Amino acid sequence: MEHSHAGGGGTDPSAPGPAPRQWPQQTIGHVLCCLCGINIQPNPANMCVNCLKTQVDITEGIQRQVTVLYCDGCGRYLQPPKHWVTAALESKELLTFCIKRTKGLNRIKLVDASFIWTEPHSKRLKVKLTIQKDIFNGAILQHTFVVEYVVTNHMCDVCTKQAANPNQWVASVQVRQKVDHKRTFFFLEQLIIKHDAQANCVNIKNSNAGMDFMFGNRSHAIKFIDFLQNVVPTKHRSDKSLVSHDTKNNTYNYKYTFAVEIALVCKDDLVILPKKLNTQLGNLGPIVLCTRVTNCVLLTNPQTLQDHYLDAEQYWRWQLKSLMNSRQLTEFVVLDVDVDWRRTTHGGRCTYADVMVARAKDYGVNDNVFHTRTHLGNLLQPGDTVLGYDVLNANLVDPNLDSYPPHLLMDVVLVRKSYTEQRQRRRQRRGKRRNFKLRRLEAEEEEEVVRKNRSRNNEVDPEKEMEEFMDELEEDSDMRSRINLYKAATGQTPSVTETDEEDEVPKVPLEELLDDMTLGADVDMAGGDERPTRDGA
Amino acid sequence: MAVRAVFENSCDIGVFATLTNSYCLVALGASENFYSVFEAELADHIPVVKTSIAGTRLVGRMCVGNKNGLLLPHTTTDQELMHIRNSLPDEVIVQRVEERLSALGNCIAVNDYVALIHPDLDSATEEIIADVLGVEVFRQTIAGNILVGSYCKFTNQGGIVHPKTTVEDLDELSSLLQVPLVAGTVNRGSDVIGAGLVSNDWAAFTGMDTTSTELAVIESIFKLRSAQPSQIVQDMRSTIIDSMM
Repeated sequence: MEHSHAGGGGTDPSAPGPAPRQWPQQTIGHVLCCLCGINIQPNPANMCVNCLKTQVDITEGIQRQVTVLYCDGCGRYLQPPKHWVTAALESKELLTFCIKRTKGLNRIKLVDASFIWTEPHSKRLKVKLTIQKDIFNGAILQHTFVVEYVVTNHMCDVCTKQAANPNQWVASVQVRQKVDHKRTFFFLEQLIIKHDAQANCVNIKNSNAGMDFMFGNRSHAIKFIDFLQNVVPTKHRSDKSLVSHDTKNNTYNYKYTFAVEIALVCKDDLVILPKKLNTQLGNLGPIVLCTRVTNCVLLTNPQTLQDHYLDAEQYWRWQLKSLMNSRQLTEFVVLDVDVDWRRTTHGGRCTYADVMVARAKDYGVNDNVFHTRTHLGNLLQPGDTVLGYDVLNANLVDPNLDSYPPHLLMDVVLVRKSYTEQRQRRRQRRGKRRNFKLRRLEAEEEEEVVRKNRSRNNEVDPEKEMEEFMDELEEDSDMRSRINLYKAATGQTPSVTETDEEDEVPKVPLEELLDDMTLGADVDMAGGDERPTRDGA
Repeated sequence: MAVRAVFENSCDIGVFATLTNSYCLVALGASENFYSVFEAELADHIPVVKTSIAGTRLVGRMCVGNKNGLLLPHTTTDQELMHIRNSLPDEVIVQRVEERLSALGNCIAVNDYVALIHPDLDSATEEIIADVLGVEVFRQTIAGNILVGSYCKFTNQGGIVHPKTTVEDLDELSSLLQVPLVAGTVNRGSDVIGAGLVSNDWAAFTGMDTTSTELAVIESIFKLRSAQPSQIVQDMRSTIIDSMM
């Protein structure tokens, strides 16, 4: 089992020294082993093999028995810290894994390794290792021994999650936004998928004004809330209810509930600033448009192009509400544009312009025209349709309205260019195809929501809302840059007959799209040529 | 008899002492232990001198000598030279050597009649060796090693050489020196014989690590037990030598 050979160090006596040798032949002499005195050939240790073995143990510090964790569900082994590797019995991969798991092998040279057959039910793996090590004076000792691996069952995270009862949650995060549209949640869903924030979720439920995320662990819920705080302006509070309690051990078993509220102000909403805040922000308003929502809210005055990032803390201190929201957008027709190209902000995204607009429904009916200032100068051409708020005709209720003289309020606030007509034309020509699709979270509907949707004759069709959201994505590259879009498997190349008009409709450039890969079972696709498999609200 | 000794936890006592038939030089250690071992064995017969050479304690490696004389490296101070001259018997010639290779103990192996020297030593030094020590000088290597002083040790009775020395080399050296030689080790398998062992015709000192087997080889090749009229030992020695050669 054990043998040694001398090598390495020392000078080879047969090599020519500085003095020339005349002898044709060099016979290696013998010396006595320095311990037992038997006659041996000189080696670097000048000891016989048996004595050498008594003097040094090169396997010192190498584990002879190692415990490896094995998941019975998926047949994988745990490679610490948390990687699970698939390896068949007696396979090359398993041997690599076993050798990696054995501590102390880094100080010696591994010469050979092979499995010794063991009964699979024995939960033991045996590996025969042959190692070499330099001992004193450059002598190399070789030794063969067997390491036993005890295979212990341990369920991996994936299997644990699959086996878990979705109703057995410990912490639940209730995300709510009290507005009458689902845009924020569509976008939030995409953000969650992109960052894989739902990884620890036990269950996801769509509820009336938001979504519920259930977790098996309180810390997972807190991690999720941290994630939410980084992507949208939120505030949250936590509650816990006692489930059971053991007086003997002084242990308490709680269920935790976190109520997370998302800011009411969404993108494109019109906001009237409280007087105090308006002063604080250097007379930014009073009427401002929310142009972007990240973990801050970007408020822009369309008349002056001034803007301000309001962070979540400030937002919640002032309890801002939207004066008008994107449901109340009306279409206007642009009659005349006078662009001031010198006043361009946001990297060319906003340009100041004086615009003459008429309501689309008035157009050709009466001569009511409005003169307004806008930040959309770079986009608008005479004849375009544009979406905006008809503040003059709106029935507004807001305590802050009274604190400003009426002349400070604008009659019309333009929000974004409308591509509705072009889009309709395109749809007629090519059907509802889009070149991208989105992943969706697998969420279950709360019964009450389904009932409510059915009963309140459903003003907004969730499918339609999803379509609008995807239109918005096509128009807004800032939003697109924060989420993942996937190529729709349409298989068709752009037709040659496309007219110039169609090209005006913003489209997602192909290079922004990701190739779709369906590995995870927890997400499915919406958009593209297939219909959403799950309703958004 | 061969005696084991240790100098401040180092078994390479040949570095710290030099021993000839007419005197013994020992390094100045922190304690008297090392010196006492030599004194106990030798003080009745020859002077045991505590000294440093060139300010170092490496007495054994820096100088070389036999009963006729002592050669010191050029780095030796006048004070040390004077001290050694005063302490040694008058008939011993003490001489400083202007030699580039100043660790004379590593470069020269000598008994009272023959010296093996490093092939690169000056011819002037070679002459001084021949004159002062009264020996015949051969330029030689031991098992391919040019530091002949480190890898062999011989007296007028016999000698030990590097364990890797081939049988042919051993025969050649043996015929040059006119004493029996054996390939062997000291200090539990160490091949630096000169560093682990000092000896003269009737006493030897080895490092503390030296095993009894090694000690037996040393005692038999240096004929240290010949005072005891023991036929068994005589027989054993001849068998060992036979097997070695």
